[in-house]
Amino acid sequence: MSEPAHMNPARSFQGLILTLQRYWAEQGCLILQPYDMEMGAGTFHPATTLRALGPKSWRAAYVQPSRRPKDGRYGENPNRLQHYYQFQVILKPNPPNLQELYLGSLKAIGIDTALHDIRFVEDDWESPTLGAWGLGWECWCDGMEVSQFTYFQQVAGFECSPVAGELTYGLERLAMYLQGVESIYDLNFNGLEGVEKVTYGDVFLQAEQEYSRHNFEHADTEMLFRHFRDAEAACRKYLEAGEPEADANDQRHLMALPAYDQCIKASHMFNLLDARGVISVTERQSYILRVRELAKACGAAWLKTEGGGVAA
Amino acid sequence: MPDLLLELFSEEIPARMQRRAAEDLRKLVTDALVERGFLYEGAKAFATPRRLALHVAGLPVKGQDVCEERKGPRVGSPDAAIQGFLKGAGLASIDQAKIESDPKKGEFYVAVIEKPGRSTPDVLAEILPGIVKNFPWPKSMRWGAASREPGSLRWVRPLHSIVCTFGPETEDPEVVRFDVDGIGSGDVTKGHRFLAPGEIRVKRFDDYAPALERAKVVIDTDRRKDMILHDAKDLAFAQGLELVEDEGLLEEVAGLVEWPVVLMGSFDEAFLDIPPEVIRTTIRANQKCFVLRDPNTGKLANKFLLTSNLIASDGGKTIVGGNERVVRARLSDANFFWKTDQQVKLEERLEKLKSIVFHEKLGTQYERVERIAALAKELALIVGADPELAERAARLAKADLVTEMVGEFPELQGLMGRYYATLQGEHTSVAAAIEEHYKPLGPSDRVPTDPVSIAVALADKIDTLVGFWAIDEKPTGSKDPYALRRAALGVIRLVLENNLRLKLYDVAKQSLGILTAQGHAGEGDPEKAELILLDLVQEFFFDRLKVSLRDRGIRHDLIDATVGTAAHSLWDDLLMIVRRVEALGRFLDTEDGKNLLAGYRRAANILRIEEKKDGWAYNEAPDLQIVNDQGQIEEKALAVVLDGAKREAAAVEAEDFEGAMRALSRLRQPVDAFFDKVTVNAEDPALRANRLRLLNSIREATRTVADFSRIEG
Ligand SMILES: Nc1ncnc2c1ncn2[C@@H]1O[C@H](COP(=O)(O)OP(=O)(O)O)[C@@H](O)[C@H]1O
Ligand SMILES: [Mg+2]
Repeated sequence: MSEPAHMNPARSFQGLILTLQRYWAEQGCLILQPYDMEMGAGTFHPATTLRALGPKSWRAAYVQPSRRPKDGRYGENPNRLQHYYQFQVILKPNPPNLQELYLGSLKAIGIDTALHDIRFVEDDWESPTLGAWGLGWECWCDGMEVSQFTYFQQVAGFECSPVAGELTYGLERLAMYLQGVESIYDLNFNGLEGVEKVTYGDVFLQAEQEYSRHNFEHADTEMLFRHFRDAEAACRKYLEAGEPEADANDQRHLMALPAYDQCIKASHMFNLLDARGVISVTERQSYILRVRELAKACGAAWLKTEGGGVAA
Repeated sequence: MPDLLLELFSEEIPARMQRRAAEDLRKLVTDALVERGFLYEGAKAFATPRRLALHVAGLPVKGQDVCEERKGPRVGSPDAAIQGFLKGAGLASIDQAKIESDPKKGEFYVAVIEKPGRSTPDVLAEILPGIVKNFPWPKSMRWGAASREPGSLRWVRPLHSIVCTFGPETEDPEVVRFDVDGIGSGDVTKGHRFLAPGEIRVKRFDDYAPALERAKVVIDTDRRKDMILHDAKDLAFAQGLELVEDEGLLEEVAGLVEWPVVLMGSFDEAFLDIPPEVIRTTIRANQKCFVLRDPNTGKLANKFLLTSNLIASDGGKTIVGGNERVVRARLSDANFFWKTDQQVKLEERLEKLKSIVFHEKLGTQYERVERIAALAKELALIVGADPELAERAARLAKADLVTEMVGEFPELQGLMGRYYATLQGEHTSVAAAIEEHYKPLGPSDRVPTDPVSIAVALADKIDTLVGFWAIDEKPTGSKDPYALRRAALGVIRLVLENNLRLKLYDVAKQSLGILTAQGHAGEGDPEKAELILLDLVQEFFFDRLKVSLRDRGIRHDLIDATVGTAAHSLWDDLLMIVRRVEALGRFLDTEDGKNLLAGYRRAANILRIEEKKDGWAYNEAPDLQIVNDQGQIEEKALAVVLDGAKREAAAVEAEDFEGAMRALSRLRQPVDAFFDKVTVNAEDPALRANRLRLLNSIREATRTVADFSRIEG
């Protein structure tokens, strides 16, 4: 590859991101930026969850920092982090050659299919909190799961029509592979060498340690419970406030997006509480259901907006 | 005769669904053909990750011609009627109809309609779209732009193309043209995704299979399995190792590749300190790789075998390197779990079970452990185990559910508990019981023999059964979400194979008492409890017992005659029931047994007829005075032995089944003589009634051993 190291997907973490962005931009995707809220996966970004609903075509790609409080390992596990980056691609409707496009992206980041064993292994995706499911695969490269590939069938309890194809790359694990390192913390972030080299560990190790303490030991559970309840109430309040009057000419919903933010928030509060181990098994189910109810209501509201397909 | 070739080419089909899908395709297509009168010589279906294929050999070119006659109006009917008839039968003029006559109706027209058989491709084109559209995938999906419309095609993953040709060997076959939701059939397919991605034009199965083989696709799953197994064994052998065979894994792996290439990787020997089951489970579940062992020591080797889907340009070096890296990471995880788990004693984990709900109405895992411990302690006395050890084992039996390792690999439950118990110095029987208390898991699983294991295994299963019975969550039809049938069968095997004397009803009652004392399953209303327990033991358990005896080849009529018929104190003792069935079988094989059965039937028949005639059951004991005063000598003899037959009841109570049978066999000669010489339906009504009562005594006498009326043959 002729690119300089700081742009090269095999030499720098940032090069991987830049290469994927470029590749998907060429496939007609909008290159969006991360959503400015804490969330467990790129799927929660409204550019996926909400845009997957309704008849409008949509193509976007973006990096999403993903927070999984329970995955914290105090910086001691080489490939599991409580904060990591997902690269998310959504194409609606999915083009017939989505698998080929995906393989093209692997080629773009330097994975040669004459050398590497690429496999599509059944893995059906389901997000109980989002009321969403789809069929697809884990994509393996030489036995390692490098992406998740899903054809969305349902989101927020609604049938997807048309169906969107979603690709999620676990960037750190992919980069480990490309750079040939044994630990995420050893990843070269900027592609430079010597004193100028910055590793993933330089940027994030301290954060992993601090947040693991926070997630497992100190996160203020009383506050989190309160925030969960507040977000839930706010979500409902905004949904109600945005609901059109029954006799109005314009039947569009006016506040689907702010309401959905509160759903994202409730979901993250739940994840933090879960990591703190203060939610019993039976309660767990009921919290998941509560978030799902919010997601469903937000999806229903979104379908009544312009983005959801209602004419202006 | 011509052949059909059908291929449905799609994105990757889940491995676990492939075999079934191929079979469904074969059946659906051949059934539809046969239903329309098209017979065939043979059919075989195939599956790979990207395609389902079907070959139907020896089909006719077209269906059979049929000739149909249709009756028309009488000769000389009004023109309107004639015209209507011609139109309906598709005739041009009335001259084309023949005339038949009938003595009643006179002369009338008959149209002979010749229906030529339809061409097979036409029929196929009609059948196949429906089969594709309604294919019974366990899970299917919509995709692409077509999914904007309701009712768009569903398939397991996006379907891309269809090959369908039909024709004889000697000519170029024709493409059977049809269209499913915009996907038109043709004669073009593709080879291996990476090794031969180009398009391939195919004619018929005979060139399809070899063309795909050249394009690095082996369509036959069993052949791919053979290739993998063969190469795996070769590679192992070359290293002086032995493959740890795994049929389930082999089947799965064969469903993940179109062209299998087996490669060997290795991992750091230091990981061999992790229990071998853990290594195997990690490598199998996450990486779908086989493990190897040293044939001399039987120990795992630090090697694994992966099955790739690629003939790589570097001979597989990169692929092996990548897989080794993942295996290393997985084993590091496992090692981490193994080490950290050891830092917390099993008994210290019990607290955590309080937050795991076993069942909403049956409390937490912690409460369940308390119950099992209490019951195991009681059962220990019955099965000859040390009650303290049984209680200890039961207490620790579920602790591994909250270890990191079992959290990651639930299938290692029990086994990890055993390892951790051994490491913390528990008694070997306690450690063994922690693993074995789940057993037997199925009809082929081993039954534990250590008394401590038996006590805990029984307690675990009986608590489960009694619990779900108490909250009325019994299995129905094919639904058995809590595997209660398996639990009952487990109890039966534990009892029978260990020759345990156990009064099931009493144990179940104890178990229910423990449950209700915890405040679950109602207040323990004794009448309701009695009903629950009888239903569990008499209906469910006895049913399971019958099934398991039948599976062991014991005559079902003997089982029916014995199980659940005894009205004495051994009625719920499974071992004794089985002994009784066996003794009965042996008795009926003897001359005495056969004749007594014949005598019994004669008595029962006569009684049935006479009782019906008289509207009266002759249930009372015979009047010995009458026998003595008026009876014939044979009758007197019979009365004497029948009186003595009370002994067999005592023998049954004393569990001397051979004795009981011997007592029964003494009946045979007097019964035979009685029927030989004595007329039951005597003139004197009192004498007749008394003789009928005598017959009734024969019936009664046999009943203490078994219900002879249910014996067949
Ligand atoms: N805790 C983690 N740390 C680093 N990478 C992760 C972590 N969890 C998942 N990944 C990577 O991210 C990808 C997507 O993760 P997955 O759990 O499948 O996400 P989703 O829930 O969005 O489907 C995976 O392929 C994996 O490589
Ligand atoms: Mg996943």
